Amino acid sequence: MRAAFASTLAELAERDERILLLTGDLGYKALEPFSERFPRRFFNVGVAEQNMVGLATGLAECGFLPFVYSIATFASLRAYEFIRNGPVAHRLKVRIVGVGGGFDYGPAGPTHHGLEDVGVLRLQPGLTVVAPADSEQARSILRDTWDRPGPFYYRLSKDDRLSVPELRGRFSLGRAEVLRRGPDILLLVAGSLASEALAASDALKRIGIDATLAVVSTLNPAPVDDLRGRLEGFDDVVTIEDHYAAGGLGSIVAEIVAESGARCRLLRLGVKEGPDGLSGSLPYLLKRHGLSRESIVAAAETAVEARKRSDS
Amino acid sequence: MNASGKPVQPVQPVALRRIILEQSKRANVGHIGSALSVADILAALYSGILRIERPDDPERDRFILSKGHAALALYAALHLRGLLDAETLDTYCGDGSLLGVHPEPALPGVDFATGSLGHGLSIGAGAALGARLQGSSRRAFVLVSDAELGEGSLWEAVMFAAHHGLSNLVAIVDWNGQQALGYTEDVLSLRGLPDRFRSFGWDVHEIDGHDIDSIGRTVSGLPLGGPPHVLIARTTFGKGVSFMEGKIHWHYWPMSDEEYLRALAEVSAGRQT
Repeated sequence: MRAAFASTLAELAERDERILLLTGDLGYKALEPFSERFPRRFFNVGVAEQNMVGLATGLAECGFLPFVYSIATFASLRAYEFIRNGPVAHRLKVRIVGVGGGFDYGPAGPTHHGLEDVGVLRLQPGLTVVAPADSEQARSILRDTWDRPGPFYYRLSKDDRLSVPELRGRFSLGRAEVLRRGPDILLLVAGSLASEALAASDALKRIGIDATLAVVSTLNPAPVDDLRGRLEGFDDVVTIEDHYAAGGLGSIVAEIVAESGARCRLLRLGVKEGPDGLSGSLPYLLKRHGLSRESIVAAAETAVEARKRSDS
Repeated sequence: MNASGKPVQPVQPVALRRIILEQSKRANVGHIGSALSVADILAALYSGILRIERPDDPERDRFILSKGHAALALYAALHLRGLLDAETLDTYCGDGSLLGVHPEPALPGVDFATGSLGHGLSIGAGAALGARLQGSSRRAFVLVSDAELGEGSLWEAVMFAAHHGLSNLVAIVDWNGQQALGYTEDVLSLRGLPDRFRSFGWDVHEIDGHDIDSIGRTVSGLPLGGPPHVLIARTTFGKGVSFMEGKIHWHYWPMSDEEYLRALAEVSAGRQT
């Protein structure tokens, strides 16, 4: 998604001269579509994420639209209080771009695994959090939201090849996009695991489980009305995210289920164990944490089987 | 003078200190020593250094009170400059007031929320960079405490501003040598502070932070086009009230009735310019 992000931002910057791009010395072979076209609007601020967000706060107050770019963990956690007391407190149009949410930087090790960025950032009122499912949707999201009020956090995947053709880049802020419709179980997937979840729902169909699959790309403000409607009629709901099971989509849905009185059982697939020091490829880590398509199939199948047993 | 060429009525430091004492007493709160420490710096800034036609003028100079806990001194300066009415000033630290111990930008005249130390210089550097990109002559002034220099993030901004030659950025360090729990020399030494800034590539001016004329002269002589500027202002914590000067506990303590009357008498007898 990085390539899609950089080229779309350059396209927007062509017509909106307020757009600036700041990076904390990251984005090698990714940001060139912007930096080469707009060298005077591109700032590598060095390895200094707090200062980067502070700069963006000062820039946004005088009318600029600054995008700040780093790896998801650094963009969200290192700069967290600067985000809180800066763009959030002042309701400024600062755009924080966190690349590599989840295990995109798998071999880089746990310091680079973005497992709580959504959780901490969605605590901030007025900070919109979006996680595109693929490059095409990343483009739509940027084109739709670049000038909306208040601060934004874009959780991007590092993988430029990530593609969910069925989605056709559709995006509507605060609404989930449905990719499969079936009565047996509801699968809700956040952002970049959409393609994994899509493969899982097709595998479920082959074993006789007809799932509805919806991609949730808006994570803050919680898309309460939209998701409440989608829960109706389902006995079992599974959330899928490359994030700690607490704080992200699973928590959002748990809150909606509890507050709406929806009658369903919720299974949250996410990372449930603390850092164990292990690094590895994205497929390895997804499998290890029960987030591969096979794990999603197994979890959904178990949920449906258990329901059948309790119903009979 | 302000941007339209009209002379600005000077903000009298005696009046500013009286407000600090009156409001602290009325609200029964502390942070008095910190506010008194920067009273003359704020009097100088709001007597014509800061070009502010209206608080919402996009072309105004930006001022960031990075040591947000001295906000009362800022409120007093805004009041004396005619940007904050007496009735609003009297809500200081009250329920539902915009005038908290730390400043909040919903209050006209406050550009940015501060209170978490080490944040303001980055914002100021952003404001200065923004002005340059827009071809504007406006400047950004950031008042930081000396103990605040313990925040690593501040030095990120120091490096950035020097690297980008932000000569429209002016930092003022309130070097009173004290912090909440002790003297900076005992807590985290700032020995050789001017040289630290010099070695980072800043234009350094050591000044008396209680000499309003000198502050004004120094700022008006700052060149554009070179490195960012820092005024290292030697100050006395609690300045103007003999029993507060240099005393650690006046970081947090409120005043008794007797202390209040003594303090008020002392600052009222202080010099007028």
